[in-house]
Amino acid sequence: TSAVMAGVCGRGLLAPLGGRLRAGPRAPLRSVAAAAPLYDVVVSGGGMVGSAMAAVLGHDIHFHDKKIALLEAGPRKEYDRMPDTYSNRVSSISPGSATLLSSFGAWDHVCSLRLKPFRRMQVWDACSEAMIVFEKDDLDDMGYIVENDVIMSALTKQLDAVADRVEVFYGSRAVGYTWPLPSHSCDTSPWVQIELADGRRLQTKLLIGADGHNSVVRKEAEIKNIEHRYDQSAVVATLYLSEATDNNVAWQRFLPTGPIALLPLSDTASSLVWSTSHEHASELLAMDEESFVDSINSAFWSNANHTDFIDTAGAMFRSAISLLKPSGTAVRQLPPSVAKVDPESRATFPLGMGHATEYVQHRVALIGDAAHRVHPLAGQGVNLGFGDIACLAHHLTAAAFNGSDLGSLKHLLKFETERQRHNVSLIAVIDVLKRLYSTRLAPLVLLRTWGLQATNALPPVKVRI
Amino acid sequence: QLSLFRLTMKRLRSTSHSSVDSKEMKKFQLLAHKWWDEEGEYSALHSMNDIRVPFIRDTLLNMSSNYHLGNPLSGVKILDVGCGGGLLSEPLGRLGASVTGIDPLEDNIRTADRHKSFDPVLAKRIQYKSSSLEEIVEECMETFDVIVASEVVEHVADLEMFIKCCSQVLKPEGSLFITTINKTQLSYVLGIVVAEKILGIVPEGTHEWEKFVPPKELEHLLESNGFSVKTVNGMLYNPLSGSWSWMESTSINYAMHAVKSGAVGQPSPTGALSEMESEQPSATAGTTM
Repeated sequence: TSAVMAGVCGRGLLAPLGGRLRAGPRAPLRSVAAAAPLYDVVVSGGGMVGSAMAAVLGHDIHFHDKKIALLEAGPRKEYDRMPDTYSNRVSSISPGSATLLSSFGAWDHVCSLRLKPFRRMQVWDACSEAMIVFEKDDLDDMGYIVENDVIMSALTKQLDAVADRVEVFYGSRAVGYTWPLPSHSCDTSPWVQIELADGRRLQTKLLIGADGHNSVVRKEAEIKNIEHRYDQSAVVATLYLSEATDNNVAWQRFLPTGPIALLPLSDTASSLVWSTSHEHASELLAMDEESFVDSINSAFWSNANHTDFIDTAGAMFRSAISLLKPSGTAVRQLPPSVAKVDPESRATFPLGMGHATEYVQHRVALIGDAAHRVHPLAGQGVNLGFGDIACLAHHLTAAAFNGSDLGSLKHLLKFETERQRHNVSLIAVIDVLKRLYSTRLAPLVLLRTWGLQATNALPPVKVRI
Repeated sequence: QLSLFRLTMKRLRSTSHSSVDSKEMKKFQLLAHKWWDEEGEYSALHSMNDIRVPFIRDTLLNMSSNYHLGNPLSGVKILDVGCGGGLLSEPLGRLGASVTGIDPLEDNIRTADRHKSFDPVLAKRIQYKSSSLEEIVEECMETFDVIVASEVVEHVADLEMFIKCCSQVLKPEGSLFITTINKTQLSYVLGIVVAEKILGIVPEGTHEWEKFVPPKELEHLLESNGFSVKTVNGMLYNPLSGSWSWMESTSINYAMHAVKSGAVGQPSPTGALSEMESEQPSATAGTTM
């Protein structure tokens, strides 16, 4: 893994600016292209991360006189009130992400639509009794489960509020990018040229790629991507509980086939994210609703995967811990039972991991899934993207206030270093956890059992997580 | 295709008194095309923007109470003397100022014009002119709010005359910003031997230690020509990181901020309201040029 991690960063220690100038094919532009409108920043990709990036810059006081554009292939998404049924695509929003969203007024809109805070998270193994419980001492919210549509609607509202600075192009897909020659050559246009599907052209001083894990920006910039398709798909659905409950706990159980998670949406409904093999995912989608609900309940409640050996070893370890740290063990609670599934809500999508070796190049920056793609088991995906936004916006606002060229590698590299340092270890850990929990082999089960029990008992480690 | 932006002055150059040193000009001629290579010969000047632009910006903002953070130098008329390829003019232009950049070397002006031409906002805010300071004095009396002379005074032939000319084209209570190199043993070792001959941070032969200016001497010249020196800060270049920082000691590089006195024969009051505050916010560059 360490070799992979070294390759994943792909950056030498010395001469950071050298070797960033693209070697690939490019066409210097004639002055005809000078007619294309020039933007200070163009964000390609209007999903949650791309839209939030454009909104953050649009609300930034140092960008008051700048021109920003957001390119989104899909249509505009805005709701005044949400439909009665829940959407099956939800995200777990961390408090840090909530802070970012409230910094430009979007969180208020989220709260006025709908969201579900949760206070506790219980994570446990199917092959043993080991479990870990996360909760904040001061009974604060640990995080929020929010439908992606709600976030998009809030972002659209806040983009509207700065429409004089941020121009949103809906139904627009970029089909080609032309990169400028190195900065010291003065004969051709120094800006990035963008060609849209309808033939329109734009120029920009900085292109931010937020176009997802199959990023076209990343591919056209010839940035190498380390990627791996997991042999898993995620099944999502909206579920109705057997009885109403406070429902402020997020549940996740690691089955040998993959983790199953129940995320609270309301007192009576929860969202399912079940990562499992492709075959099992197809079965789950095909089976009738009753069997589907039975599978879910059984996955959370059944102890079929326990073995006596592991149970005994786990129990021994637990007694040892309780001698040293009496409060270090907790009682395992059972998640609420599921009664019904929303008929239209079952869906599946394949899972993979990916990490771009570089997040930036001259006049280009990648954020969100374009830069890194993770397994949903840690609920981190969109939060990593929001973290990218906070960091990049911090560096861009300083650059703007210094009168710097926004596309200059100098501050873009600072963003890259900060985020890679933060992301790489987290991405590697998530990948390792995924592999560690994908097996029934006794030694590994024991390892993760003891590891989980120890982690649960040790406050310093838990707080870091 | 570049002649659109060329503003050549057909004035005869005065032969008797000039702050321009022709030997110095020859040195820069060879490198006129290298200005905008951020990792090339001028990389140290590029990274100097990281401290000199905030220094200028914050000093001016502190003297004024009427500004917008999105366009902090809007309405401020700046003269960039010895602008070279426009490395300092462009960030000041991006912050909203109307900048006039002058440099005696035509090739430098050509490079600067070409570089700004791709950005319509900058192209309007910045005007370049191939000229010495003396040549613009007559038509630019008391025109500018700010003069920046960064890494220039160590190259001029007659420093006192240079300062007198600055005073003439500067409005009363206007600001003069200078960055230059001290004349010390340390500046010889680091500024010439190490910077030029060993590490190649500065192209060889760029500087002559004899022409370095100690801050005391510069202060004295400024004070006796109607300026009041407000700030002197030492600067330090770290060749490993390629970045500049401020330091207490002025024994190598330093920056100075001086203000031209308001009324005739009186030093300007410290920290009082600057005349800039009553400026009309909409300024168009170069109308009197």
